[in-house]
Amino acid sequence: MSQSTANLLYLITIAAFILALRFLSSPRHARLGVQIGAAGMLWAVLVTFFKDEVVTGWWWTAAGIAIGSVVGVVGARKVKMTAMPQMVALFNGVGGGAAALISLVEFHGVWAHAGHVGAERGISTAFSALIGSLSFAGSMIAFGKLQELVSGRPITYPGQQIGNALLFAGAIALGAVAMAAVSFWLLIAMIGAAVLFGIVFVLPIGGADMPVVISMLNAFTGLAAAATGFVLHSNVLIVSGMLVGASGTLLTLMMARAMNRSVANVLFGAFGKVVAAPAGAEADSDGASVRSTTADDVAVMLAYARRVVFVPGYGLAVAQAQHDVRTLAELLQARGVDVRYAIHPVAGRMPGHMNVLLAEANVPYDELYEMESINPEFPQTDVAVIVGANDVVNPSARNQPGSPIYGMPILDVDKSQNVVVIKRSMSPGFAGIDNPLFYDPKTVMLFDDAKAALEKIVAAVKSV
Amino acid sequence: MSAQLVTELTILILAAFVGFEVISKVPTLLHTPLMSGTNAIHGIVIVGGIIVMGAPHPGFFMRLVSFAAVILATANVVGGFVVTDRMLEMFKKRPDEDAS
Repeated sequence: MSQSTANLLYLITIAAFILALRFLSSPRHARLGVQIGAAGMLWAVLVTFFKDEVVTGWWWTAAGIAIGSVVGVVGARKVKMTAMPQMVALFNGVGGGAAALISLVEFHGVWAHAGHVGAERGISTAFSALIGSLSFAGSMIAFGKLQELVSGRPITYPGQQIGNALLFAGAIALGAVAMAAVSFWLLIAMIGAAVLFGIVFVLPIGGADMPVVISMLNAFTGLAAAATGFVLHSNVLIVSGMLVGASGTLLTLMMARAMNRSVANVLFGAFGKVVAAPAGAEADSDGASVRSTTADDVAVMLAYARRVVFVPGYGLAVAQAQHDVRTLAELLQARGVDVRYAIHPVAGRMPGHMNVLLAEANVPYDELYEMESINPEFPQTDVAVIVGANDVVNPSARNQPGSPIYGMPILDVDKSQNVVVIKRSMSPGFAGIDNPLFYDPKTVMLFDDAKAALEKIVAAVKSV
Repeated sequence: MSAQLVTELTILILAAFVGFEVISKVPTLLHTPLMSGTNAIHGIVIVGGIIVMGAPHPGFFMRLVSFAAVILATANVVGGFVVTDRMLEMFKKRPDEDAS
């Protein structure tokens, strides 16, 4: 079929994608939305097979789709919910890689026929190849950091930012020359430079900031797809790519805001490099001591409370203790205790990650409270139980102007009547800074593995 | 500047605004599925993969590159949608209203 017939039929896909995103506005019909999106994608693939320019390579395409599907399904089915950020990074990277390879093949055709590329096509080709390969390499490093294959700590060296800037400028220059001179090899060189840049760009960013990076690279891959749309004159690629570009940009900004930092600070600040506690926090904690407690004491405290708020963090997920929290919550609810969960926007390892993890443990989503709605409730809360969270409840963010996390919106657990912190040891959190909450006279610490501790508390509550 | 390019740029700008509009209505509760869902959507490059794979190729090497592009794009699409669906399947309201 002709280009315009195809573009007409692709409108169905475009509508499906927009609806899919629209349906994500509520958990009630979000799943339906994703299924509509998947159907739209399937439709686009079917339409493409009947396009005029698709005349050969059927078996190759079929084999490629088969292999890709197996990889995708197995990966998506096997991944643990805790490893979701890595998975998103990985799928994002391969998408970017695909966009870059497509531009490369398109350009090869022009080059082999000794043709010339117009400015319009040249810019979109170079852009797609540049951003696609950058996104691919950056996502792989982000994956490596989250999977702990690469050190999560920022890797820095002198002259890094100038070196990176020069490398990026060099990649752009290579792309421009490649298009002007119609040189396939120069385009390959540009892709090489872009891959290298993707690597050195993400290496200095700390593991805690990876979600922001992934969201940004997600937007990049979207833009690379849109640029591919300009190369192939495909409206569906332009619209879908831009939808993702807009979404990724918005999420990146929202995440940076939730941490009260600028995107530039996230990308170039090498946050989390300072492992030692800052002087201010040190002064705050000396003199004060930590009170340690037992599971039985916590059980009594919880059983006779009127309102308990659980503050789950990534440590809860690592210990796979989501189910134990829910058991404890149900036990307390049966005793008439008002139980809530307070979810910080960046709890877990990406925005909304903790919601997914608790949903997996069958916690009803209407018991989950966002930061803005739970913070005013803390003064009326008898016990706040912090399981595996640290930086998001660190009061330094409110009252220690010298602290690296100063200004970050936090859950005001220190305003509740009592605080129980379940934690393995006194080690600092992901941001690598000390937490004065632990030295608060209202706070008791239960030093144990989250799962073991919760099991003990459950047993003790049963016998109260 | 060709008329086609202007049309395509118009589409691009409108899509950006639609994107911002739609995404800003998604609650934080669903930000992880949103990220992986949009991730699946940019797998639309599979359309490009099929097109370059289906065009007559001057050489075997480019065929391999196109093949790789199809595999990567499919993994992106299928993996992205399956994992998003898996996540959303778990979001449930409380089964009965009396547990308070």
